[in-house]
Amino acid sequence: MHLVLLVLATFAASAVEMVEALTIVLAVGVTRGWRDVAAGVGAALLCLAFVVAALGPALTHLPIDALRLVIGSLLLIFGLQWLRKAILRAGGLKALHDEDAIYQAELAELRAAGNDRGPLDWYGFTVAFKGVFLEGLEVAFIVVTFGAAQGHLGLAALGAAAALVVVLAVGLVVHRPLSRVPENTLKFGVGVMLTSFGIFWTTEGAGAAWPGNDAFILVVLAFILSVAGLFVVALRRNVRLLPVGPAT
Amino acid sequence: MGAVRKFFSFWYDFVVGDDWMLAVGVVVAVLVTWALAATFSAAWLVMPLAVVVLLAISIGRAQRAAPDPFDGADHGS
Repeated sequence: MHLVLLVLATFAASAVEMVEALTIVLAVGVTRGWRDVAAGVGAALLCLAFVVAALGPALTHLPIDALRLVIGSLLLIFGLQWLRKAILRAGGLKALHDEDAIYQAELAELRAAGNDRGPLDWYGFTVAFKGVFLEGLEVAFIVVTFGAAQGHLGLAALGAAAALVVVLAVGLVVHRPLSRVPENTLKFGVGVMLTSFGIFWTTEGAGAAWPGNDAFILVVLAFILSVAGLFVVALRRNVRLLPVGPAT
Repeated sequence: MGAVRKFFSFWYDFVVGDDWMLAVGVVVAVLVTWALAATFSAAWLVMPLAVVVLLAISIGRAQRAAPDPFDGADHGS
């Protein structure tokens, strides 16, 4: 069960990043041509492969508790940021992350930049590279941290690879911005998972023991999901979480 | 200098994000768990409870900074 959750968490977290990268790639490809996009994506993937190869072995040689502590803390901070934003969006305090609007903005920006064709369109190349590399770096971070901390780098990579296949297939089929994917729902779920795994690993890394060992991750997941849901309900009903005071 | 600044800015945004208080709170909670782990069998409670408190404070601050939906409305008083 624990390993299934590991694959699912990696799959979901990676899928979110890949959807964002795909949005950029589609926007660049449609306006600047697929050759330059392919070059940008290829270069970004090469760089990513190097980063993963450099980080993976180094991380797996660290002591497991120290690894869980450091990675768990990073993951928890990362997850809390995602969860906070997803709660604020679901609660109506922050605009929903609209992939369609982002796609239209990308199109307008690219058209405004002109469409000069040279031996290689550096604008298209750079935008595609930047989008894929930055989002891919987040995927690499998720895969290496999830996989290395649990000693199952292969399974974490499997989750990310499955996400890549699914997102690519979806992208090929719809061939348009993935605004129909309920992104905030996905981010909400990913935030819950990252936060839960972060709590679990930091606690173990700090030397405390969970009742029921690994199975307790399900309790942590259910707890964080419930708490996050309650925060959304509170925001929608305009329940003040802090006393009224100066805005920060 | 600009490149160095951009580099650190990227990693700060990537890891810490919008609310530094969450990052500091996590580090403090980890230290408390570590300090209690040897003597307190329920030290595992610290992190989940800390996360609830941190989220409440962070979301509450964002809520306080957002415009009040009842501003300008007749509160019926």
